[in-house]
Amino acid sequence: MSDMDMDRRNFLKTSVGAAAVAIAPGMLLYSVAQAKSEGASSKVRWGMLIDTNQCKPGCNDCVTACNRENGLSGETKSTDSQWIRKIDIKDISTGREISLPMMCQHCENPPCVDVCPTNASMKRADGIVLVDKHRCIGCRYCMMACPYKARSFVHEALTDQNPDVPRGKGTVESCTLCVHRIDVGGKPACSEACPNKAIVFGDLNDENSEIAQKVRSVASVQVRADLRLNPGVRYQGI
Amino acid sequence: MKLLVSLLLTLCVSLAWAGEAASPKLDIGKGGQCVEDTQWMRKNHMHLLKHGRDDALRLGIRDEKHSLKTCIECHASTKDDSVTARADSFCVGCHKYEAVKLDCFECHSGTRKSAWLQQRNAK
Ligand code: SF4
Ligand code: SF4
Repeated sequence: MSDMDMDRRNFLKTSVGAAAVAIAPGMLLYSVAQAKSEGASSKVRWGMLIDTNQCKPGCNDCVTACNRENGLSGETKSTDSQWIRKIDIKDISTGREISLPMMCQHCENPPCVDVCPTNASMKRADGIVLVDKHRCIGCRYCMMACPYKARSFVHEALTDQNPDVPRGKGTVESCTLCVHRIDVGGKPACSEACPNKAIVFGDLNDENSEIAQKVRSVASVQVRADLRLNPGVRYQGI
Repeated sequence: MKLLVSLLLTLCVSLAWAGEAASPKLDIGKGGQCVEDTQWMRKNHMHLLKHGRDDALRLGIRDEKHSLKTCIECHASTKDDSVTARADSFCVGCHKYEAVKLDCFECHSGTRKSAWLQQRNAK
């Protein structure tokens, strides 16, 4: 990450708390210095590198952290939202078993965006794929188009959502890469929660970032790379 | 003519008074100095929210000053930390009076963030 970007992120981190000055008991004067961020930049490409060698079978910490952060119930019936799942796979010829978390891969050429009739499915300049729920009509084409089964439909009315993560009945949703955290200089909840540091998050375009250095030096693959969607999420050890 | 004008004037004034009397009593929460002029906000808050939502979501431009969360921070009731929980809550009270459907809060939380976090962390 360039120095300038770093400064901006640090600035955002420190300035998000609304600065309030008391002008009289019980009265607050909000200072005009409240931040208006510059927005997502196309110079950045957010991504994750998941090391399946570090991911322990049976561990579900990333999933639990995601559910807690985004207010998902944690149920896994077909009608429940799941933004991230643990998957166990076995190579039948060798018997080697591995376990890995799977979520929206934040494709550079996302089929979910191609098929959306309302422009609700969209990709931000920094590569994060989101659903604009103000526009989503719940047709679920994107769920069918996504080769990674990453999306869920909200079937029931919800209450008590996270103020940072609006979600509602009749719309489709998926991993947002914790965009509300990223925009204030944080990282996704799953990456933060993993006890084995198996999920590295960062800017793939910044050659000095941990993730860019790592993808340069170790072998990693994209799942279903043959589809040429160029996902921002990559895996090691599969 | 003079009589007519004064009659009209009296009518208007008394109507305006009647309006004042029937206007909703809102729980304005912490209240204080709004980020814009109050009367202007009454008329235009929906435009701010609508343009702000597209900028924030699609472009990542988050305008803290005019965000829904900032509205809620000041205007959530000091009793229940909400702008929607009761009939006289800040958003609900006025929208009921004006008979304008309020569907922001089907997806967005109407709770002050600090209170929501406290509740979640207690779980
Ligand atoms: S993984 Fe699925 S939901 Fe995510 S960007 Fe790709 S096609 Fe869209
Ligand atoms: S369900 Fe929503 S986001 Fe998905 S394709 Fe339909 S309108 Fe677009």
